[in-house]
Amino acid sequence: MLPQQLVNGVLLGATYALFALGFTLMFGVLRVINLTYGFYFTAGAFVAWFVTRAGGGLWLALPAAALASGVIAVVVDALLLTRLRRARADELASLMVTLGAVLALYAALAALLGPDIRRLPPAVLGNEAISLDGVRVTQAQLLILGASVVLAGGLVWLVRFSRLGLAIRAVAENPDAAGLMGIDTARVAALVSFVSGTLAGAGGVLIGLAFNAIHPYMGEAMMLRGFVVVILGGLGDIFGALVAGLLLGVIEVLTAGYLASGLKEAVAFAILVLVLWTRPAGLFGRPVARRV
Amino acid sequence: MSVPPWLSDLFWTYQNVVVSLGVNGLLALSMYVVLAAGQLSLGQAAFMGLGAYASALLTLRLHAPFWAVLPAAMLVPVAFALLVGGPTLRLAGVYLAIATIGLGEVLRAVYLNVDALGGALGLSGIPEAAPLWLIYALLAAALLVFWRIGRSRVGRAMEAMRSDETAALAMGVNVRRYRLATLVASAALAGLAGALSAHSTDFIGPNDYGFEPAVSILSFALLGGIGSPIAPVVGAVVLTLLPELMRGFAELRLILNGVVIVLAVLFLPRGLVAWRMRRRAA
Repeated sequence: MLPQQLVNGVLLGATYALFALGFTLMFGVLRVINLTYGFYFTAGAFVAWFVTRAGGGLWLALPAAALASGVIAVVVDALLLTRLRRARADELASLMVTLGAVLALYAALAALLGPDIRRLPPAVLGNEAISLDGVRVTQAQLLILGASVVLAGGLVWLVRFSRLGLAIRAVAENPDAAGLMGIDTARVAALVSFVSGTLAGAGGVLIGLAFNAIHPYMGEAMMLRGFVVVILGGLGDIFGALVAGLLLGVIEVLTAGYLASGLKEAVAFAILVLVLWTRPAGLFGRPVARRV
Repeated sequence: MSVPPWLSDLFWTYQNVVVSLGVNGLLALSMYVVLAAGQLSLGQAAFMGLGAYASALLTLRLHAPFWAVLPAAMLVPVAFALLVGGPTLRLAGVYLAIATIGLGEVLRAVYLNVDALGGALGLSGIPEAAPLWLIYALLAAALLVFWRIGRSRVGRAMEAMRSDETAALAMGVNVRRYRLATLVASAALAGLAGALSAHSTDFIGPNDYGFEPAVSILSFALLGGIGSPIAPVVGAVVLTLLPELMRGFAELRLILNGVVIVLAVLFLPRGLVAWRMRRRAA
């Protein structure tokens, strides 16, 4: 019983981590809580749904979804956030803009396609479970676990060790100084949006597969977990998001198994409040002097 | 009383709208008081829901009289405001916004999953005990109080915090105390609005206080502006009446509210009612 639950927890946690990676990257570099992120996630899942309906396999649907979400993210950023960045509006203004935008986008999608739950065709990915010592996992779950570890690793590499990552970190540190050093900050912002968008889109497809449900508000439904993971991991901390995601998944599954399944969300929220009281910089964050 | 029959017909036809106008006005003011202190709470719908559920449960389960449930409907959201606001008000503004969105999401899940709170069916059979005059009297009282506060020393301190927090701190404004006080006032007001609306509609459900209403309440204040307490109420009136006139489907109203926020922040940062209160020199 316990081994199966721990495995389930890790697999559930991998979906949370996958969802939160791009979200925390966006905040870390652009200093924006971008709530339209949830819509990129939904958009990715729907693109994959259309591609597979047209007869494409997962190996076509996944990149197509990632690419489309990335493009949407760049467009949203250019239309809404660039202007505020240029005007040096405070971060609450950009949060409010993305909040309004995401409500309009979800509602428009629901009006266009209807609010019903859709499913990716079962032939897209074998649904048979793999059994090992009595512990069951499905292929979709394994794919998500693999994808989130690989993507988190790739992101850390990109940001820490590549030349582009140096530019990204410079912009994150101080956009003005980075601009003076010859970095094209607008291009870095667009690029970070694109990468976050592709992550969200890919996440939407994989999680849509694992939960076998695609609907317009699926990104919104992930938001609470997204917040808990990015705060617990530390806002902007990629590796922290991976660890926090896995941890949250295990805690939720154990809560559902040993306490009550209705308490999962309440426990997630309790963790959020507890972290804000005790370690607002996240699990691995060092306390910073507060910017007022 | 000799009300002409056509007027009374009109009133009964549009009674829901008349109630919504008053309740949304109160909600817009609850958003105003937070924004006026330079903060962003996205928990107004959650606070409203806490007030609605607390008052409905007291009425249905304990048969408490209506005048007794109103204070409870204010105290419960205040307790949650302290729980969420306590840690986040020390931090940058985004943390309060995040924690309050989270509050809305988690409460929806709790109402849905706890059978004692009505579960997915919600609570029905709530007596329509909230008189219309009371809703409007409370709205007028809240307007008057915020008007007086806005013109006082406190209002000046809040405006200073909003435009430059560091400068306000340097001038001796106790920023943290004002922030907590405004959040508490806002939660109490939203809870009151929740109790009033629950006691004029017979039914409340777990999905009535989620993400969409939270964003809609923000759109009231952003459309009207926060230059004076009148402004957000004007915003609420416009955004309550406009969908009624358009007679569109429900999604249209949400799209409208979302677009209003985007446009207001980008192009109309002072809102429709840009006029600001005058203050006497100190």
